[in-house]
Amino acid sequence: MTIELNTPALPPLSVQSGSLRPILEWIARRAEPVVISLGAIFAGLALFSIFIAVVGKSPIDLFKLMYTGGFGSWFSIQNSLSRAAPLLLTALCVALPARLGLVIIGGEGAVVLGGVAAAAVALPLTATVSPIVLLTVMAVAGMITGGIWIGMAGLLRHCRGVNETIASLLMAYIAIALMNHFIEGPLRDPASLNKPSTAPLPADYMLGNIPGMDVNWGLVIGMVACIVSWILIEATSIGFAARIAGGNVRAAQIQGLPVGRLIVGFTALAGSFAGLAGMIEVAAVQGSANASLAAGYGYTGILVAFLARHNPLAIIPVAVLLGGIDASGGLIQRRMGLPDATVLVLQGTLFVVILLCETLYGRFRIFNPDLWKMPAVKGRTA
Amino acid sequence: MEDTGIGLWGVPLAIFSGAIRVSTPFIFVSLGESITERSGRINLGLEGTLVFGAMTAYAIAVMSNSPWLGVLAAMATGAVFGLLHGWICKFPKVNDIAIGIAMMQFGLGLAFFLGKPFIQPVAPHLPSISLGGWSNYPQIQSALNINVLFIIGALLAVALWWAFKNTRVGLILRVVGDSSDAARAMGLNPDTVRLLATAVGGSLAAVGGAYLSLYYPGSWNEGISSGQGLMAVALVIFARWNPIGCFLAALLFGGAGALGPALQSVGVTQGYYLFYAAPYVLTLFILVATSSPTRSLAGAPGALSITK
Repeated sequence: MTIELNTPALPPLSVQSGSLRPILEWIARRAEPVVISLGAIFAGLALFSIFIAVVGKSPIDLFKLMYTGGFGSWFSIQNSLSRAAPLLLTALCVALPARLGLVIIGGEGAVVLGGVAAAAVALPLTATVSPIVLLTVMAVAGMITGGIWIGMAGLLRHCRGVNETIASLLMAYIAIALMNHFIEGPLRDPASLNKPSTAPLPADYMLGNIPGMDVNWGLVIGMVACIVSWILIEATSIGFAARIAGGNVRAAQIQGLPVGRLIVGFTALAGSFAGLAGMIEVAAVQGSANASLAAGYGYTGILVAFLARHNPLAIIPVAVLLGGIDASGGLIQRRMGLPDATVLVLQGTLFVVILLCETLYGRFRIFNPDLWKMPAVKGRTA
Repeated sequence: MEDTGIGLWGVPLAIFSGAIRVSTPFIFVSLGESITERSGRINLGLEGTLVFGAMTAYAIAVMSNSPWLGVLAAMATGAVFGLLHGWICKFPKVNDIAIGIAMMQFGLGLAFFLGKPFIQPVAPHLPSISLGGWSNYPQIQSALNINVLFIIGALLAVALWWAFKNTRVGLILRVVGDSSDAARAMGLNPDTVRLLATAVGGSLAAVGGAYLSLYYPGSWNEGISSGQGLMAVALVIFARWNPIGCFLAALLFGGAGALGPALQSVGVTQGYYLFYAAPYVLTLFILVATSSPTRSLAGAPGALSITK
């Protein structure tokens, strides 16, 4: 540990303010991820500004446009939120297994198969049940399919020792091939000529918008999923066991924790969230399953989860931020003549810098009250 | 049926030529990744390096009218990406798998950004060698029209296999890959060795990209890669970190990928899209069959994070 680095110690507190210490400790311990993450974001933005300046454009104008395009008006805020909604669920697909120390990068596979399964069960039911029943059945079908798909990667990991990163990636490619098979073959709507799709959902069976907004219910569903996941990890014994297993598998096994069930359960839950994202894409956006399901939400979700440091609550602001960056892409392209890939460069830069800044954790004495050089420490231990 | 004169023989022939055509980028990326992984580090960002290499090769080939200059430029940029990855990974607490994913996004973004002006112009292609002059069938002639990079890749695989076993550099690489502590005891700096191994791996991955943009499909666009850089990581594990194994795995993968189009060419269209999954199913199946929950994979470098 390189804790003896040069951060100045806090000024010694007077004896009277000793009662402040628990509060300061509480703040200091929670400030570390916030300060380091914000610092990393600023460093990433600075690097990106240099890049934009080198290409011969004004970074200031660019950031102004990004703000306008992402959050400058009610219209653009709604646009950003709509883009953030699927990312909430696909980020959970990465974040939940990550708490167990697993790197799952094949969420895209669960998204597309969840969407296909939802469309498939909707076909025979559409005329016979009410919209709410149909949507529930579709959601369950999407979640089960996605859960099985990613759960399989967890199962292979536990039972056969197959690396889950590689397995989930391979399965994502297999999933996309399966999707193409179904939408071009058995499930294809003969009326879809240019873009092979399943039969469209009738308009009154679609998942609608949140009242007063031009954003579908997927946003609320995603946020609820994030909150539920946070409670699961932080406030239940299952989550506690998962965090132990993620920290040290041997220790967890010695304690008799059901590591195998945790791995399979968490990957299955993660996959079911990604499958739900696919179902929402079908039920609220596309109206049918087609190749647009493989739009890369699964891969952007990886970015969101890592930026949020696999904390389900932090996923919400990060997803909205990335949704906003994504939403501003078109405006940047039109107004500044920059390629649409500008947004990708920014995302990549932020991603690299933020991961690089992981190395800063534990290096600053100010965030670790045990190392504060203060008279209060002596007073308490005496 | 078309009047080819060779009938169903067209299927194995198409698979053969398809295997060579499809496998070439996999050969280079997996050889590069095998060097990196032998040093005990994994670079999951080769997809970004490959696409950036494809863009650089195409852009330089357009501007200089020389495809080989394009390949060289791609190698240089690939090495830069590798150095960046290696440099970042040397810091404590940085996860090499996550950095790889980040570098992939960064490389893709940068390639699409800088490559925008080169979607229209046409670049000169890399040459191929015709080995089918003895046959009267045009199909056989075209199937034996083998690109130069494939041949270089095959020779490189043998050379690397030999070098890992018999040279000082190969031994250093393996020691660092198996145990950082043992390497330090020998007076080697594991970080430097890994940095260089990642740079070499990156430059080979970029050659794979150059093949895509300068030979087959032979154009630059944003959909140039269908995950070759990512799949190579799986292929290396599948090949047990053995360069000749990488070559054969790439060939097998390419052949499996060529199955669908080959069957379609003789009129079998049933389940056409499922054949696209064949190489991935095959790789997954072999991974499952050869993994074990109790021991790490045979031949795995001891310091490699992904096999633990």
